[in-house]
Amino acid sequence: MKILVTAKRVTDPDVKIKVKPDGSGIATEGIDYKVNPFDEIAIEEAIRIKEKNKAEVVVVSVGSKEATKEIRSGLAMGGDRGILVLTDDPLDANAVSKVLKALVEKENPDLVLMGKQAVDGDNNQTGQMLAEILDWPQACFASVVELVDDSKAKVTREVDGGFDHVELDLPAVITADLRLNEPRYASLPGIMKAKRKKIEEIELSSMGLDTSPKVVWHKFGTPAERQAGEIVADVPTLVAKLRDEAKVI
Amino acid sequence: MGNALIVAEYKGDALKKVTRAAFTFAKEYTTKQGGEFHILVLGHNLGAVVDECMSYGAAKVHVADNESLANYLAESYAQVVAQVAKDSGAEVVGATASAMTKDLMPRVAAKLDAGMASDIIGISDEGYFDRPVWAGNAIVSAEITSPVKVVTVRGTDFEPAPKGDAGGEKVEVTVSVDLGSLKKRFEQFEEVKSDRPELTEASIIVTGGRGTKGDEGFKLVEGLADLLGAAVGATRAAVDAGWVPNDLQVGQTGKVVAPDLYVAAGVSGAIQHLAGMKGSKTIVAINKDEEAPIFQVADYGLVADLFKALPEMVEEVKKAKG
Ligand SMILES: Cc1cc2nc3c(=O)[nH]c(=O)nc-3n(C[C@H](O)[C@H](O)[C@H](O)COP(=O)(O)OP(=O)(O)OC[C@H]3O[C@@H](n4cnc5c(N)ncnc54)[C@H](O)[C@@H]3O)c2cc1C
Ligand SMILES: Nc1ncnc2c1ncn2[C@@H]1O[C@H](COP(=O)(O)O)[C@@H](O)[C@H]1O
Repeated sequence: MKILVTAKRVTDPDVKIKVKPDGSGIATEGIDYKVNPFDEIAIEEAIRIKEKNKAEVVVVSVGSKEATKEIRSGLAMGGDRGILVLTDDPLDANAVSKVLKALVEKENPDLVLMGKQAVDGDNNQTGQMLAEILDWPQACFASVVELVDDSKAKVTREVDGGFDHVELDLPAVITADLRLNEPRYASLPGIMKAKRKKIEEIELSSMGLDTSPKVVWHKFGTPAERQAGEIVADVPTLVAKLRDEAKVI
Repeated sequence: MGNALIVAEYKGDALKKVTRAAFTFAKEYTTKQGGEFHILVLGHNLGAVVDECMSYGAAKVHVADNESLANYLAESYAQVVAQVAKDSGAEVVGATASAMTKDLMPRVAAKLDAGMASDIIGISDEGYFDRPVWAGNAIVSAEITSPVKVVTVRGTDFEPAPKGDAGGEKVEVTVSVDLGSLKKRFEQFEEVKSDRPELTEASIIVTGGRGTKGDEGFKLVEGLADLLGAAVGATRAAVDAGWVPNDLQVGQTGKVVAPDLYVAAGVSGAIQHLAGMKGSKTIVAINKDEEAPIFQVADYGLVADLFKALPEMVEEVKKAKG
């Protein structure tokens, strides 16, 4: 069994991002980068499958040379090897899905595990698009994944109003939701070992793909900030204000 | 001039209220850019929903009613949406963002090789789409350059379209989905039942965070919610602890809500939580830590122990309501 799992390099999700004063982008100075949190969950799931069923786990990322670090953290968690598709261009989900499709055709995995959404662009698109262009089934927002004989996956999906249970024939694309698992911390030996694991680098320009953007980001703005209101002294004051001032009860 | 096709979402026999936000989007888009507003409704044994779709001023309502669509699967639904998009001359294919449409619409976009913008909150004069990125800390103006454009619309940022006179043309869609070829099977839908209003439909929400410390604290949250006729919300911490179903999570990865009144009790106000509720009209925060970031977005803050404050609030609201 072979699993391809994605590791996007994103700005630290716990830092409040600010827009550059000229609106040309976000201010990245002094900001740390991390593996997209949902991708960490996908990597954890891949490794759990590997521990149970035997599998090779290939960690892939599309981006700048710096994304080597994010692939390494996936390898430190237990991934076997990495692939980095090098580009400095900002790619939209349509383009990333085409790059990933080319990697799938090269690697022939049984399963592609991804995060449901990258917490920078908040698109929530790439996994679904990849599944469609491969003509594979998809199970997005997975909270439980169970493999059956390495040929099928039973997946529970977190959706509005409850849980959706589906069965997929592999190969398939599965995207991880938060409750799929709790990612492990890489151990020190894991980190040491990861340093020797192989990361293949491929120049995007050598892949012969049309990755011209279909979505172009123009201006960035800051959302209207809420003003902090008042601290009220006690519950009766609060309720009176809700009734008489805000008129919401 | 292309048309704007909206995929309607419903529950049982009725349209979901949030779906009407996408109707408003389509009307606004076609007013600005030209073209007609169309609706597509898919499923099986569609009864009253079809009639309801007929009353929002759409030029056409496409009805795909077929046994093969009885259970939602992205693979089958995307086939039908893409087909109708082509046949109806759609320039924009949209839906209100929900768990279903977030799963479905990117697949549709890929089928049409179209660019997609998720969670849009507005349309600029150039026809660009404004959408929140980085957990809502920035808004980007996104241009979709492909001939067909796919969007999901944030239900909190477009008013639900009002009902108008019935009219428009009903178009039966010929569905030719082969379920056997999908490589995926629907097994079961496990519904989480609740008598309270749905989060995205409620005008008041009372949310409990980790500070509720479990069932007992959450009972207090629910008690106030029931008195106010409110929906109950939760932070990820509360959901992760297993106190409430995940369906109630508000935030970047849960639901985005903007009720008239949002009461947050025992909630710290993490970036990811704020992303889902800071559009609320009036925000009340009850937290025993005066430094909690939630107070920075609250209209009314109460520094107090929720185990004391919530029962007291129930008494006061009862009095206030007479
Ligand atoms: C990728 C990603 C996505 C995420 N998405 C979401 C999301 O969609 N929604 C979400 O909510 N979170 C999300 N999170 C988690 C988020 O970062 C926070 O961890 C979470 O919101 C914290 O929940 P909380 O406020 O309930 O808990 P805490 O941060 O632990 O806060 C508890 C608060 O309760 C107060 N308190 C304690 N006892 C009392 C008492 N007796 N009376 C009054 N106050 C009391 C404390 O002072 C504290 O402020 C996400 C995280 C990541 C990494
Ligand atoms: N540049 C990238 N490199 C690797 N994986 C990516 C990249 N962009 C998106 N992905 C994957 O696609 C998922 C969904 O991303 P998005 O559609 O951008 O929200 C992410 O969680 C990643 O797993």
